Amino acid sequence: MNRRTELRNHQREIYLFRLRLVMSLGFVLLLMMILLGRLFYLQVVRQSDFRTMAESNRIKPMPIAPNRGQILDRNGVVLARNYSGYTLEIAPSKVANLEATINELAGLVSITPKDRRIFKKLLAEGHDYASLPIRSRLTDDEAARFAAQQYRFPGVEIKARLFREYPFRESASHLIGYIGRINEQDMQNLEEEGLEDNYAGSDYIGKGGVELSYEKELHGTTGFEQVEVDAGGRGVRTLSRTAPVPGDNLVLTLDAKLQEIAEQAFGSYRGALVAIDPNNGEVLAFVSKPGYDPNLFVDGIDSETWDELSNSPDVPLNNRILRGQYPAGSTIKPFMALAGLHYGTRTPEQTIRDPGYYMLAGSSHHYRDWKTGGHGSVNLFRAIQQSCDTYFYGLATEMGINKMHDFLSKFGFGSRSGIDIEGETGGLLPSEQWKEARYHQKWYAGDTVSAGIGQGYVLVTPMQLANAAAILANDGVGYRPHLLRQFQPNGKPALPVPPVQPAFDLHLDPDDVELVKSAMVSVTKPGGTAAWAGAGAPYDIAGKTGTAQVIGIKQNEKYIESQVDERNRDHAWFIAFAPADKPRIALAVLVENGGHGGVTAAPIARKVFDYYLLNKVPQPLRAQAEKNGAEND
Amino acid sequence: MIKRLWKRFLAPLDLVLLAGLGLLVLGSLTVLYSASDGNWMLVGKQFVNVLVALAAMWLVANMPLHYLLRSAVPIYVLGLVLLVCVALFGEVSHGARRWLHLGVATIQPSELMKIAIPLMMAWYFEKNEAALSLKNYLVASVLLLVPIALIFRQPDLGTAILIGASGFYVLFLAGLSWRVMIGLAVMAAASAPFVWPRLHDYQRHRILMLFDPAQDALGKGYHTIQGMIAVGSGGFLGKGYMNGSQTHLDFLPERTTDFIFAVYSEEFGFVGALVLLGLYLFVIARGFMITAEASTYFTRLLAGSITLTFFTYAFVNMGMVTGILPVVGVPLPLISYGGTSMLTLALGFGMLMSIHTHKQLVKT
Repeated sequence: MNRRTELRNHQREIYLFRLRLVMSLGFVLLLMMILLGRLFYLQVVRQSDFRTMAESNRIKPMPIAPNRGQILDRNGVVLARNYSGYTLEIAPSKVANLEATINELAGLVSITPKDRRIFKKLLAEGHDYASLPIRSRLTDDEAARFAAQQYRFPGVEIKARLFREYPFRESASHLIGYIGRINEQDMQNLEEEGLEDNYAGSDYIGKGGVELSYEKELHGTTGFEQVEVDAGGRGVRTLSRTAPVPGDNLVLTLDAKLQEIAEQAFGSYRGALVAIDPNNGEVLAFVSKPGYDPNLFVDGIDSETWDELSNSPDVPLNNRILRGQYPAGSTIKPFMALAGLHYGTRTPEQTIRDPGYYMLAGSSHHYRDWKTGGHGSVNLFRAIQQSCDTYFYGLATEMGINKMHDFLSKFGFGSRSGIDIEGETGGLLPSEQWKEARYHQKWYAGDTVSAGIGQGYVLVTPMQLANAAAILANDGVGYRPHLLRQFQPNGKPALPVPPVQPAFDLHLDPDDVELVKSAMVSVTKPGGTAAWAGAGAPYDIAGKTGTAQVIGIKQNEKYIESQVDERNRDHAWFIAFAPADKPRIALAVLVENGGHGGVTAAPIARKVFDYYLLNKVPQPLRAQAEKNGAEND
Repeated sequence: MIKRLWKRFLAPLDLVLLAGLGLLVLGSLTVLYSASDGNWMLVGKQFVNVLVALAAMWLVANMPLHYLLRSAVPIYVLGLVLLVCVALFGEVSHGARRWLHLGVATIQPSELMKIAIPLMMAWYFEKNEAALSLKNYLVASVLLLVPIALIFRQPDLGTAILIGASGFYVLFLAGLSWRVMIGLAVMAAASAPFVWPRLHDYQRHRILMLFDPAQDALGKGYHTIQGMIAVGSGGFLGKGYMNGSQTHLDFLPERTTDFIFAVYSEEFGFVGALVLLGLYLFVIARGFMITAEASTYFTRLLAGSITLTFFTYAFVNMGMVTGILPVVGVPLPLISYGGTSMLTLALGFGMLMSIHTHKQLVKT
């Protein structure tokens, strides 16, 4: 019986076991099906998704930065160019001790304290570049020396790069501008414009002048290489390549030689000069003195040099042409005269008596003429020729500020000229409305008197005055002043200069214009305020001198130049165009603290005219040119 | 003469099982060559591992069943002692204490336990076969839980789970009542909140990553995501042998070991994976046949547990690579590079063959 139970137990046990075994098999098959389902899902259903992921793992687009376009003057003189050179670059993430590494590198290549400062600044700015330059423009010797020791410096590399160079340095620096490293703000702007892809391989971007305003054309189109990479990001092979398109060269309206002559003509004076072709608005010369060396900014300027530049009392970084706002002084008088004729406030023949001052009715305040004792009997012609203040005090008062505002604004006073670089300010052409809005004050009759000779609230930029002179020279037909003449795509002939359309025509009365122009010509003739500057010129110069007060002179004081601190002396103005009968060039010259316009500013204009119209090179420059030529031989 | 030697050599081996294993091992060497970027050294080493494993399997297959029965307790005790030694003065590597340095060689006693647990528990049930009661299941559970606790503390979650599974299979095949199993499952679920804080950070991370690997695509989820990309991008027919970009451009981690299935699936696709699963199923089916025909309670339980454990290894590894299980660090049986796991598996298959060969010799 015992044996029987055992047997029965045994049978039951085998049955139970087999049951469990079958269940196990079921369990195995179930899990296998799940696994199979999962594989089907991954490999069949979602295959293309994972293919894409694997491809984006494997293939990385590597940007190839395009070469930046050059900047040329109208005659092909190079103002900004590229040259290839070596930089020594450190990838901070791959270097344990930066300080020690840099010290060691200093044993191989020269690393100045300035290089270190720039590197630290880049580092502090948190550029998340793969590598930052510690030294640029390595000599061949230095490059070779480092290459031999490279194994000692993991994370340090020599890279071949294109550098931007501005061969004229300070000359025309405000116009050309400069490029600098792309910073966070630039990156943000690029992202907003959706341009970040095109800058994927670029380190630099235009920061000022035409480098900024024509950034898009200068930069070009970034090329791409499809590179197969491994998990560490190392390139294994190149799969395809789209070549970059180099940026266009920029041909400017500027005449570099004229620019040089104008700059030299300033001597040690600070100031500004803009010369425009009145027939089309092309800017021929663009001088803001002193300038700065844009080469300093390309690799990041170190803070000491920066402080030096930005704290200098000469404010070299300030673009005086576009941002310097000065009282217009007497240069406003030809336009006032035109306004007087236009509104009939004055006739050409009408004369006034000038006792040397002007008084408003019911006031004892003397508005002084610059000439003690006055000019005597003065008509419009003489008022311009001798710059009679009293004449224009009366004219302004009778015309009223609102008419004056309306008329002068047609010549561009009080608004930006629209020149094709950034940073322009609009000056100030006051009106009753303006004073009410700005100061919540009533306009006084005295305000009009000062405004009549370009003082008081009136502020102009050299750009505005030059533009106004050009409009006048062209009999009231105005063009937008511009610096770009044409684009020249890389390796191809320059594109045709786009036809320039006049921006407006003021429809001035030809007789009025003729009269004012002839009065302006007399300014540079004997008896005029700039007679000396016009002496012996084989062409007629139509000009007007001006003086912009830096400090106010009290009622009972006299301005004696020699007694005033140099930086408080008056600024000298001169606007002019020539030849007067068929103007080819119009300009405005400002000499800061230069005193009287006829003495300091007008001779500068004469030199510019002589070169532009007669191809005459001033004496000291010619000597220098000959010397340079000899050296080149 | 040679013919007789050959016969003697083949005698204890189950040729059907051997054929399945042989195909898997051949596959392993092929995939390893690609996974290692054509490293003959590595393939050669694995070949030596195969030979060693084959020899061990042959030896075990030769053993009469009572040898196996008698070896159960000593092996288990030895394993337990070694595990205690590891806990006391084991070598720490990669943040875990798993290895024991024995002068000439470093051993990992948890590997021994993979053999010892099924042996010991099958032995225990055989001994108490006549009248199994709940008490026996309790004792068997203790036999299982003590080494698991030690391995879990090393910490080695993967091995602990796999050994736990092999022990559970013995309990299951020995007829553990459903009520108890369900009760235990409920208790396990209830205890999760208490176990969770005791897990190591990396273990917790891996479990969390299971649910959302993309959450930490560059960190802990990287393995899983890259594995899934490799498998998925293989598509239906695969990218071709030696052509897997995930594999050959270093995107796949642990290509020759834990993630070798991703290499295989990337290069051979869904069809290849189907073939591999088929081969595994073939070996498992053969294991079940041997189990069903086994002559004693001990050998039935042992053979069943070995077969199911083999399946579990394969499933856990493939599940982890395809992202349905957390990454626990289990090699793909017979395919992943490594001598230890190959040897352990060979010992198991040796026992299966011994059970198959010697069943007629034991009286029922």
